[in-house]
Amino acid sequence: MGCEDAQELIHGYMDGELDLRSQLEIERHIEKCEACAAVYQVQQRVRSAIAHPSLYFQAPAGLDRKIASALRKAERAGRSPLGKSWPKLWRAAGVAAAFAIAAAVIWMAVVLPRRSSEDLIARDVVASHVRSLMPGHLTDVPSSDQHTVKPWFNGRLDFSPPVKDLAAEGFPLVGGRLDYLAQAPVAAAVYRRRQHYINLFMWPESRGGSAKPGPQARQGYNLLHWTGAGMNFWAVSDLNMGELEEFVRLVSS
Amino acid sequence: MFSRPAWAGPGKVERFEQALLPHLDAAFNLARWLTGNQQDAEDVVQEAYLRALTFFDSFRGADGRAWLLTIVRNTCYTWLRKNRPNEVSVAFDEELHTTGPEPGNPETLALQSADRRLLATVLEELPREFREVLILREWEGLSYQEIASVAGIRIGTVMSRLARARERIARHLHDRLSKEPKSGL
Repeated sequence: MGCEDAQELIHGYMDGELDLRSQLEIERHIEKCEACAAVYQVQQRVRSAIAHPSLYFQAPAGLDRKIASALRKAERAGRSPLGKSWPKLWRAAGVAAAFAIAAAVIWMAVVLPRRSSEDLIARDVVASHVRSLMPGHLTDVPSSDQHTVKPWFNGRLDFSPPVKDLAAEGFPLVGGRLDYLAQAPVAAAVYRRRQHYINLFMWPESRGGSAKPGPQARQGYNLLHWTGAGMNFWAVSDLNMGELEEFVRLVSS
Repeated sequence: MFSRPAWAGPGKVERFEQALLPHLDAAFNLARWLTGNQQDAEDVVQEAYLRALTFFDSFRGADGRAWLLTIVRNTCYTWLRKNRPNEVSVAFDEELHTTGPEPGNPETLALQSADRRLLATVLEELPREFREVLILREWEGLSYQEIASVAGIRIGTVMSRLARARERIARHLHDRLSKEPKSGL
């Protein structure tokens, strides 16, 4: 064992904190090494010097009674002594708890219902789309002419949905249809990409039923939702999402 | 107040006092060395006892002293952070150096006082982290394991802090310790 190790371990040795093997090693080292023996001697003296009673502060007379009375007062008051000594900590804990509860309430009262209402609309959009694909349900006004389809909604709805002819872009208009979503009549414009039909549902934003914009997939159908010009739009199709997004770009441009 | 019925046994405060008031000196000595001031130590110790009462239900009766000293230590540091965030040194305390029995002839007495004053100063100048480990070991006789738990450090750190604290004291007292090993210091 080297002297450097020994001189650190001397303290554990003096305090009786070493395991038996290390204890014996130190003992042997001190017997042989004069320098470490001297360090040991000095450290022993340091220890007995520190142990001098004049360096020990005894509690002042009367402190025990003072504390006993404070303890009883705290106990009688029936409140946590921490309430007085650690007001900030406890206030912070209280505020944190209140925030946690408020967040939970908001989550349950606002976010969850909203999520489920979003969910509900997306589900209805898919259901309407599937129903429209059943024989004879696709259009009320079969026409590839936007100037036929758009005026057809007049008198049937209290809003005028945008209808575009996108035949040149590969999305020919098939017709228009009245549908019912979010507890109100909505406009459905039907487009086609090859053999895939696209239903574009539209209704005024003021009527509610807005959801988080973006794409989603449901029952094998792709959905895209967005808002613009005061209208809610839902596009739904079995078309791949890439082409559906292209369709949405064309419609909303 | 109603008196407690006999069958209920001693109340919480009574049990608390029986378990922990005997360690008042240990609590005060630690607080005194960590705050460096008599009045502050009294305040801190009282606050520590009130805190301890709150946590008393979690005390399993193993070692009241180590348990109490942990709370005293934490209360001290909270107090120091709040009241003396930038503190580095502790004022010289006249009282410390004028108390205690002084046997022997005037010459020896003078020498002893001088040595102890020097030692007290060295102790006060030690960083608190070293001082507290030394106090818990030399005066309270706590094991390394107990010190580690009170100070929230590893056992290896306990030994290295003790070693450095003692070496520093030995350096400061080197002349006296080597020249006058039997001065009674």
